[in-house]
This record gives sequence, C-alpha cells and structure tokens, in this order.
Amino acid sequence: MNGWPALDRFLRTDPRDVGCGEAMAMLHVYADLVAAGEPAGQRYPGIAAHLHACGPCGEDFDALLAAVRDDAG
Amino acid sequence: MIPVHRVVEEIPARLDPESAEWLRVLGGAGPGREAALARLHAMLLRIAQREARRRGPRLLIAGPELEDLAYQAAADALMAITGKLGQFRGESRFTTWAYRFVIVEVSAKLGRHFWRRPDVRLGAADWEQLPGRFGLEPAQEAGWRDLLAALRRAVDTDLTARQREVFVAIVLNGVPLDAVAARLGSTRNAVYKMMFDARRKLRAVLAANGYLDDDDSGRS
Repeated sequence: MNGWPALDRFLRTDPRDVGCGEAMAMLHVYADLVAAGEPAGQRYPGIAAHLHACGPCGEDFDALLAAVRDDAG
Repeated sequence: MIPVHRVVEEIPARLDPESAEWLRVLGGAGPGREAALARLHAMLLRIAQREARRRGPRLLIAGPELEDLAYQAAADALMAITGKLGQFRGESRFTTWAYRFVIVEVSAKLGRHFWRRPDVRLGAADWEQLPGRFGLEPAQEAGWRDLLAALRRAVDTDLTARQREVFVAIVLNGVPLDAVAARLGSTRNAVYKMMFDARRKLRAVLAANGYLDDDDSGRS
C-alpha cells in the first residue's frame, strides 16, 4: 500500500472492462437484472467492471435503475 | 401512419405482457398510438427533468435552460425510440429499454451545454489542482512531490498528444468526459478508451519507477 490510494485507484485498469459502447448497449438488460435482484455483475463482469470505473456510464446506470425502481414502486 | 408489421417485424415471443402492449400500440396507428406516444413522452420527460435537475447545478445550468434541455431530451428520445422500435428484442422490459434513450440524451446535451460557460477551456493544464483531486495533503508534500513530478513527466513524454489533451481536460481541469467528447467531435466510448490507455501507460511508468506496485488489476 502506498500513500496515494486515490491516484493508485484512478490509474488501475481492469482488463475485463468492456468500454462505454458495449456497456451502454446492454445497460437496460443489466438494469433490469439488478432491479430484479439477479447477480448481474456475475453474469456480465465486463459491464460491472466498466460501470465501476466509468463515471458517466455509472451515473447513467444509476439514473436508469432509479427510473426502473420508481416504476416498480 | 406506419402499420405495425413494418415497424415491428416480429414481436418477441418472450415479452412480458406490458412490453408487448407497448410494442403493439406504438407499432399500430390511430388514436391508440397517439395516446401511447403521449404517455411515453410524459414518462420520458419526468426522467429527463429529474436527471437534468440533479446534474445541472454541478454543471452550472439551471432555470429555463435546464427545463428546455429536459424537454428537448424527452422529444429526441421519443423520436429515437419510435425510429428504433424494430430493434427492441425483448431482452429487458420495454420501458427500461426506452428510458435508456432519454438518459443518454440528457448526458449528451449536458455535455454539449458545458461549453456555453465562458470560464472553461480545454487545453490549459492546471497542475496545481492535481494534489487536491487525489487527496494529497499539502502537509505531506515531501512525500508526494517526486511522485507528481514523475507523473507530470510521464504525461508530457509517454502519452500521445491526443491522450495528453484528454488527460489534461478531464483530470487536471475537471471537464466532464461527455463535454470533452462533444468538444472533440468524438464519442464517450472513444474518449474513455483514450483515458483507459493513458491510465494504463501512466501506471506502468510510475510502477517502473517504484512509485506504485506492479499489480495493474483494477479488479475489486
């Protein structure tokens, strides 16, 4: 462990990361799985890795999940 | 009006009843379709307004401009959805598929709107901001001064010009990734890929010089 964990985390890249294009193309599928309590991250680890690393896609996913949960509620 | 069989060639068999009904009415004609379009638009607008209001203040957008942006996002999303109805394959609920369009529209429009602010620039590197962005305390400067100098050298010498431009905008100047994509006439995907490659390259250089460990697995 070094003394700059935030920089260390930022520079780390996950080889499973599928990138924005593929993640956004499957975002609706992923969101429905998460909303249903399914292990979406296990089924799509590359999307999970991307949403963890990409701020804009992560924010879009949070917004989509909130909308889905609003409908369910 | 476009008949259903031309818009939706085949309604997927495994659809839930609500999604199948959306496809049926949107792919049809007459007052039923108009009512469905109005209902869908209202749902999209509600999401667009919530997202615009949530994200807007961070980007210094508010008031009528923000409302206009939400209305435009909902209208553009509705057009995209009706144009791509035949691409819905029933992998999710119809509404989840549709909501994605409006969220993408809000993100893209906020990214473009960012550049209307008079105080933002793409190119000037503000290295003074870096310690704060990564939680490096001024009191500990003796410990991280060499690290930042090595990072700066790596940015200057190991990144391509395009990678450096994107790194400076996003990391040093705090420009949102979607705004960078809009300014460069690029896509979120392409800019993210550029940053991904830049991060990996910078980490390798810092690890080779003993500032970071060699494990580049971002798995958590």
